[in-house]
Amino acid sequence: MAERLLTFSIFRYNPNTPEIKPYMQEYKLEEMPGMTLFVALNKIREEQDPSLMFDFVCRAAICGSCAMLVNGKPRLACKTLTKDLPSRITLLPLPVFKLVGDLSVDTGTWFRHMSLKTEAWIHTTKEFDPQAREERMDNETALKIYEAERCIECGCCIAGCATANIREDFIGAAGINRVARFMVDPRDERSPQEYFEVVGTEEGTFGCVGLMACEDNCPMGLPLQMQLAYVRRRMAAAGLAARPQTRAC
Amino acid sequence: MSVYQTHTTDVLVIGAGLAGERTAIEAATHGLDVIILSLVPPRRSHSTAAQGGMQASLGNCAMGYGDNPDIHFEDTVKGSDWGCDQDVARLFANTAPIAVRQMAYWGVPWNRVVAGRKTLPDGREIEDLKEYEGLITARDFGGTAKWRTCYTSDGTGHTLQYTMDSIVIKMGITVHDRMEAIALIHDGENCYGAVARCLRTGQLHAYLARSTVIATGGYGRLYGVSTNAVINEGSGMFLALETGVVPLGNMEAVQFHPTGMVPVGILITEGARGDGGYLLDKNLHRFMPDYEPKKKELASRDVVSRRMIQHIRKGYGVESKWGPHLWLDIRHLGRKHIYTNLREIANICKNFAGIDPAKDLIPVRPTQHYSMGGVRTNIDGHAYGLKGLFAVGEAACWDLHGFNRLGGNSLAETIVAGMVVGKKVAEYTLGAALDCPLKLVDEHVKRQENRINDLISGRLGKENVYELRKQMEDTLMEYVGIFRNGPDLQKAVDKLQELYRRSLRLGLRSSGKYASPELASALRLPGMIRLALCIAYGALNRTESRGSHAREDYPYRDDVNWLKRTLAYWPPGAELPLLKYEPVKITELPPGDRGYGESSAANAARTETAHDKEGNNG
Repeated sequence: MAERLLTFSIFRYNPNTPEIKPYMQEYKLEEMPGMTLFVALNKIREEQDPSLMFDFVCRAAICGSCAMLVNGKPRLACKTLTKDLPSRITLLPLPVFKLVGDLSVDTGTWFRHMSLKTEAWIHTTKEFDPQAREERMDNETALKIYEAERCIECGCCIAGCATANIREDFIGAAGINRVARFMVDPRDERSPQEYFEVVGTEEGTFGCVGLMACEDNCPMGLPLQMQLAYVRRRMAAAGLAARPQTRAC
Repeated sequence: MSVYQTHTTDVLVIGAGLAGERTAIEAATHGLDVIILSLVPPRRSHSTAAQGGMQASLGNCAMGYGDNPDIHFEDTVKGSDWGCDQDVARLFANTAPIAVRQMAYWGVPWNRVVAGRKTLPDGREIEDLKEYEGLITARDFGGTAKWRTCYTSDGTGHTLQYTMDSIVIKMGITVHDRMEAIALIHDGENCYGAVARCLRTGQLHAYLARSTVIATGGYGRLYGVSTNAVINEGSGMFLALETGVVPLGNMEAVQFHPTGMVPVGILITEGARGDGGYLLDKNLHRFMPDYEPKKKELASRDVVSRRMIQHIRKGYGVESKWGPHLWLDIRHLGRKHIYTNLREIANICKNFAGIDPAKDLIPVRPTQHYSMGGVRTNIDGHAYGLKGLFAVGEAACWDLHGFNRLGGNSLAETIVAGMVVGKKVAEYTLGAALDCPLKLVDEHVKRQENRINDLISGRLGKENVYELRKQMEDTLMEYVGIFRNGPDLQKAVDKLQELYRRSLRLGLRSSGKYASPELASALRLPGMIRLALCIAYGALNRTESRGSHAREDYPYRDDVNWLKRTLAYWPPGAELPLLKYEPVKITELPPGDRGYGESSAANAARTETAHDKEGNNG
């Protein structure tokens, strides 16, 4: 491909200076072979505008830090090659999450809250015995847990979700996938009823309106709709079974 | 009078990767109040990126039968080229199985033993027995006599970190993320906590604690091409160094990983070779057996990296616009294996090189990967020089790895050290009072405010942080790499000294206000260059070759003069580190032949016989 001059139109706003209204700022950059948005944004910051804020950590699509709206779509910037984009590239921060500044958003607080809300840890009454051999597990089960555990909490599914964009308390596909991860884990002793308390509501699994953007946007290719269907089925069954005791939602 | 927020806690942990979180959990289990500071949300930590696995001698899989802590200990000491502390290696090898099992109890979905006969890629037949079915299995890694590396497909670090963080959340441990420690609060004898800068608002905070733990990981980003995350800038190490009283150990011991992908430097896990991947040259010849007939691609990382560079220097590298590289071939492992057990590799290849490793070769080259050196501590994790300061994980020189770390021993170290050191931190903290004079806190915060004001006003100069940083990265890459020699190292030291002086005259181009990323970089750069000088100067003075430290002008290990650890201090106002040395502790295994590598090849005949006697367990 012939070398192009790229135009980046980037969202600028610092919540610490609310008197300066949000605006779009343009930067020009010559495209290089193999250029990713990681490379491009760092070049812009180092050579043109050292005040520009954005987040990268692993730059290898493993840590989930660098999600942003790339020409309107939630993407991991580190693995987005400029050659796959038109010469005019618009970058906006992910919606839903609190803005730190420019392209940087606070996903950490959101995901920690979601973990607390879904109690995303193994619930067990067993004690750990340091002298004992580990408990056995079928390898197929281990692989199944790992499949659901592959979420990197980048927030792309949340940003692209209509429900998450209109209701603050919705745990979204990432939250539902997290619940599914513990549901398939035999070490977790929670009953369906206990899970129902956590996610059998419109903040949880019944809040989804089925637009499926979560799965389309997931950079890890997780089967988020299948996970939703799985958790929903389990919750519907638990909800029906526990109807007299459970408040309506 | 400065305006800053003050937080008081029992234990302050700087860094929320596996080592920091495990230490925090241990301290909190003892009833202590803990605050963790982290540059990023804990689950973004670089620990998450570890793909390959965690060593523990469970001996559950067919190629691991008979494994035990003695063999793990021996492999670790040999791997370290006798540079490690053997008391630490012993404690570590004994504790690793408990650590792995506890992580299973907490929720890590370790891959498990599936009984039955299988054929390995090299044609060997093995059988996993029914009696071990469902227990934690292991894969092969370099420099180990048994298959010992426990794993979850190739997302081991991810599952460990997510599980560890779930326990932190469950226990309600306080985490302040986007908070960067920029100085330790100390009086030259005791450490009282840290001054930190909020990466959301730019505000300064003082954290006062009865004990402080540095768990900030490595310094890979001092090098221009590294497998490390961009946050791995060695901050905890230079904070400790800046106290003037805490030394860094063995900073010249820098590990290069054989398979960083060209050109981006993203890591292709050792699991690829562990599972049977080969290295090929430009003629598609598998060259490693020519150099290392026994261990082949699975000699230790320092050895494989050097053999690759040697082979490239002989003209067998594949020419590319980014310089010569070699190939990693995993095609013969089959699409199914690659897209399950090595799926992250497949993703990385697709995303960053546009290739499919099931049918394409992967361009690789040795790339900066790990720092064996770090804040020198005793076996309890207590830093030399300051009471109440601890260090753990890659930020520390505990010293488990000596001059070369074996793959799979870093994840194991983070968790084992977190358990061991966390307990010692708790014991220390329970017996310590927090009697920090507030005047001292004020002084420390004021000093940081002045630094920030100087940078913003440009009062001291207008040097550009990104330009100096680039020159530092290039200097280390060019002169302090895999093969080293006196004249090049001297060049590096001279250049880095010049850069250091210039780094004291940085001026910002942006306003530097609030969470300014340029200010954050400018605050770090002088510390980073000090680390670079510790590496280069330590390497210049160590006139031998040991583990990852390979001097072309001193090609042999010299146990008579150099069976000792470098301690680098930075006295106030210095422009070079002050180097001291201490003996390496040998308890069980006296220095000998590693069984692989260049020194071993010198007496290949003897090694050959010994190996044949041992049987074919390599």
